[in-house]
Amino acid sequence: MKLQRKNRLRATALGALAVSGALVLTACGSDDNTGTDAEGGKTSAAASNIKCDDAEGQLRASGSSAQKNAMDLWVKNYMAACSGVEINYSSSSSGEGIVAFNQGTVGFAGSDSALKPEEVAESKKICKTGQGINLPMVGGPIAVGFHLEGVDSLTLDASTLAKIFDNKIKKWNDPAIAKLNDGVKLPATDIQAFHRSEDSGTTQNLGKYLNAAAPSDWKYEAEKKWPAPGGQAASGSSGVASQVKAVNGSIGYFELSYAKSQDITTVDINTGGATPVEATSENASKAIAAAKVKGTGKDLALELDYTTKAEGAYPLVLVTYEVVCDTGNKADTLGTVKSFLSYTASADGQKVLTDAGYAPIPEAINAKVRETVAGLK
Amino acid sequence: MASTTPLDIPPAPPETRARPKSTGRAGDKIFLGLSRGSGILLLVIMASIAVFLSYRAFIAISKDEGNFLTTFDWNPAGDPPVFGIAVLLFGTVVSSIIAMVIAVPIAVGIALFISHYAPRKLAAPLAYVIDLLAAVPSIVYGIWGALVLVPYLEGLNLWLDQFFGWTYIFDKTEIGVPRSLFTVGILLAIMILPIVTSVSREVFLQVPKMNEEAALALGATRWEVIRLSVLPFGRSGIISASMLGLGRALGETMAVATVLSPSFLISLHVLNHGGGTFAQNIAAKFGEADEFGRDALIASGLVLFVLTLLVNGAARLIIARRKEYSGANA
Repeated sequence: MKLQRKNRLRATALGALAVSGALVLTACGSDDNTGTDAEGGKTSAAASNIKCDDAEGQLRASGSSAQKNAMDLWVKNYMAACSGVEINYSSSSSGEGIVAFNQGTVGFAGSDSALKPEEVAESKKICKTGQGINLPMVGGPIAVGFHLEGVDSLTLDASTLAKIFDNKIKKWNDPAIAKLNDGVKLPATDIQAFHRSEDSGTTQNLGKYLNAAAPSDWKYEAEKKWPAPGGQAASGSSGVASQVKAVNGSIGYFELSYAKSQDITTVDINTGGATPVEATSENASKAIAAAKVKGTGKDLALELDYTTKAEGAYPLVLVTYEVVCDTGNKADTLGTVKSFLSYTASADGQKVLTDAGYAPIPEAINAKVRETVAGLK
Repeated sequence: MASTTPLDIPPAPPETRARPKSTGRAGDKIFLGLSRGSGILLLVIMASIAVFLSYRAFIAISKDEGNFLTTFDWNPAGDPPVFGIAVLLFGTVVSSIIAMVIAVPIAVGIALFISHYAPRKLAAPLAYVIDLLAAVPSIVYGIWGALVLVPYLEGLNLWLDQFFGWTYIFDKTEIGVPRSLFTVGILLAIMILPIVTSVSREVFLQVPKMNEEAALALGATRWEVIRLSVLPFGRSGIISASMLGLGRALGETMAVATVLSPSFLISLHVLNHGGGTFAQNIAAKFGEADEFGRDALIASGLVLFVLTLLVNGAARLIIARRKEYSGANA
């Protein structure tokens, strides 16, 4: 008898703990660092321009977490305008999104990098008559954040960035850094460079930038996996950002929104232009404008120009794509995909990006995206 | 149990009881069929999972250009694909050993305190709190570890480096926050504490009162009672409890992934950041991995599976050799 009572008590306590645990976890889960709730009024105004056409039912999508905050806003606005449509974007990772797309379980996938040739080949099985294509939808600056007590602005160029992340420069008062920062008093603190511990499109984009802009100082291939030995790792953009926030002498890279939400000072990049460029949405858009479309046919994969010296163009950017079939999309989701993606590519849809710390895709490319979306079958 | 059974209790009935005959009624037959069927189904499901995993692992390993057991790298997406489990095996074993070394003595101490020293009023709530700790999800430990434990351990690390740096193990040769295997070990120790404590406590409570009273009657102090009757009786129970804890430490994923700063290097300087464990590596790489990369991760998971199997087997052997004491566990 006594034992039973004890067990029941224990069960109740466990239940209570599970419930409170769940509450705590859900509170953590919605790491909404965009601060959009205050703009509810604006949302409903934008909603009027959304054409629902023949969107209906449920649309599942999956992929890059780098565009999660943008996607959340879009989905919220879209679902407010088109009742009866349910869009479910699970922000897992680019890899998972593409795997899901090629298995035919999602209507479209979000990805940090364009499809690889073998992934395109695989997509032909699902797209039947066509193949998977990339639609550039969200741009964003990758901010390099630092934390160095007594220093509140810092300029670096690609070559010093490469040397810092490769552990060639070990102290903050290194002559290479001092040369770029006239009049800033740099302490002799050790540099603690943080990178992503898991494979990530952000890492790959940083690698591409360093490869292009400082080829002699960064000899690693641009992969999702962190290539250089040494340095410290943390998991996720949020993990890197919180380490940089906490550790004096640290430097790390993450999407701009994380720097904003955690109040981390970002590095201005000396591109060789007249003045160093700050990491902002507008400056990133200017750099994306220098990109060329390298995809063929309907594929709009971009080739970014990382060495641009254009005034105010922040070169360390990433572009995330939505991956769809050009023809052969599933009949039951095609209407919703077309309608949703024409909203995200519209002027209204792109305007949302700036508020969330992303960069809109320049109009010239964006027009092609809209045209392609309209022609999806 | 036989040697410790008090005299006034009749000996237990012999273990080999014949299975009661079926009455031949329909209900019996249906039930027999159902239970046998589900038993077989379970085996079939498990076997097919094993076959599937081994098959996927085989695909990966056969294309691996490095040595699966000795390569210090994990790059199945590379060209050619190169990956090996050396670092993961090392990290998993080392962090678990650190956890065991710290947790087991403390857990046994707490268990003894609760079962033999603490006043009744304190013992029950204390045991209860310890049990509750086991129900905290590991990600919560992970976040706590990253935000609280890591900065807190900076001082301890410096101290260890300064006074025990000569041991090589505690020689900290890199700068940086202590996101090391040592920190992971401490965190794992905290995480396995409740399970080891609560199982040990149950075992200690089962020590026959007669034994303890006999020792007390001979003039033994309380500590001598524990040494002479409680610990020998509970030894196999402590081992089982430790193995349960070890199982959790070996497989712990999110807490390690949150706290560790992984890198594919083996270093005996446990205070340096770096290293990795099987589960952490799978959690970190699975998201961005393509089909082949997932096969590779599955292969590493199989090694973890074998490792756990070996540990459990070893534990069973040890317990079987001490059968004479195995009163309270199985």
